[in-house]
Amino acid sequence: MSRPTPLRAVHEELGATLTDFAGWLMPLRYGSESAEHNAVRTAAGLFDLSHMGEIYLTGPQAGEALDHALVGHLSVLVPGRARYTMIVNERGGVLDDLIVYRLADDEFMVVANASNYEKVAEELINRSKSYDVVVEDRSDRVALIAVQGPRAQEILATLTDADLDGLKYYAGLPGVVDGRKALIARTGYTGEDGFELFVANDDAAPLWHALMAAGEPYGIRPAGLSSRDTLRLEAGMPLYGNELSVELTPFDAGLGRVVKFDKPGDFVGRAALEAVKDQPPARRLVGLVARGRRVPRHGYPVTKDGAVVGEVTSGAPSQSLGKPIAMAYVDAGAHEGLAVDIRGSQEPVDLVELPFYRRNK
Amino acid sequence: MSNIPDDLSYTKEHEWVAGLDDGITVTVGITAFAADALGDVVYVQLPEVGANVEAGDSIGEVESTKSVSEIYTPVGGEIVEVNQAVVDDPSLANSDPYGDGWMFRVRVEGEPEDLLSAEEYTALTSGQS
Repeated sequence: MSRPTPLRAVHEELGATLTDFAGWLMPLRYGSESAEHNAVRTAAGLFDLSHMGEIYLTGPQAGEALDHALVGHLSVLVPGRARYTMIVNERGGVLDDLIVYRLADDEFMVVANASNYEKVAEELINRSKSYDVVVEDRSDRVALIAVQGPRAQEILATLTDADLDGLKYYAGLPGVVDGRKALIARTGYTGEDGFELFVANDDAAPLWHALMAAGEPYGIRPAGLSSRDTLRLEAGMPLYGNELSVELTPFDAGLGRVVKFDKPGDFVGRAALEAVKDQPPARRLVGLVARGRRVPRHGYPVTKDGAVVGEVTSGAPSQSLGKPIAMAYVDAGAHEGLAVDIRGSQEPVDLVELPFYRRNK
Repeated sequence: MSNIPDDLSYTKEHEWVAGLDDGITVTVGITAFAADALGDVVYVQLPEVGANVEAGDSIGEVESTKSVSEIYTPVGGEIVEVNQAVVDDPSLANSDPYGDGWMFRVRVEGEPEDLLSAEEYTALTSGQS
């Protein structure tokens, strides 16, 4: 039985197609997912992301505890700022990718994926035992609404006095939106400018309606997980379970930069990651653009002259490119003459560097 | 509730069949229920004109943003026409599944597989949507 978010009734009223995602009943799309995708690229889209996990660490050693538990150097984060980071096991395998917000000197919020946050919370509790910190999973109490797209700031500005101009990318500040307390973060998973609003469950539905009303003149649309996936794919952003897994290290995924070896003290996975940091991985994460119209999908083999040289991790038709695109792990030496085995047929693809899409700033 | 026209026959694979009455050539497409379930259709692959097919064969595919489904022919015979318009503009399968979004025509040989009436298809899809 899937768990509903606090916005379930709102989605049903909008006629959403609901789907199970990581144990949650989530909106897949409200109408045409292409229209939702395009709304985020050209105007704004509104997302329910209440399935994400929010884990709070509070106490004088919260920063040190995170330095030990995660691969990043979080104790140097300035209050009000956020970092993309990861949690790995002793072997260096990725347990989840995370965004960590420093809310105050002694308070951090760790945002984890829906499929992983219970495991992440458990690990954070275990890894923090010798530190003066309290770890609390507040995922069941916190709702998350994202407004994403080039008009997101104008829309949000009609509902808050917060200094949005002063809020940088990967920053978050406590504020009031439509009369409700919210953590306003300038983060997202779409490749566009936008905001993520963390609010109490009971405030989610009224805030959703307020944002829809405020965004109406700007062309806002509710947007489901289907468009979220194509948007993040175009932006070259990894998805845990597709590009990231416990079988891969951050270096395998081309994200070794998130591992901060120069921070003080030991951290979980340090020894394993130091051993691999200078070894070029056998396969690297690349972008593929299909020449034809058939769509490479998760798990399809990448081939060259009939031999398997890689595997697709995510694929979808791209609205922005007008062609199917995919992310794939491909042998380091294989650059040209590539194809994807689409149900037995070798469909030619071109290798490109990620991302596929970059917004005009 | 999806649109299910009374005057068509249906398959359990969510296809519709028109023209059974004259028994010579039938037209086949995917139902509005199928199109809604797929989401935006982005690619349609259809058989070659002139191909001989048997009832129940997988003869093409429909891809949406999220998934891919096979197209089965509910009747055997010769493919006499395919809808190039829906190949060129797959969104027709969403916008007009019973009209401009039709898929292919077959000159019927032999018996069709078990087809459903509109009433039976309505019963099949209610509770799935």
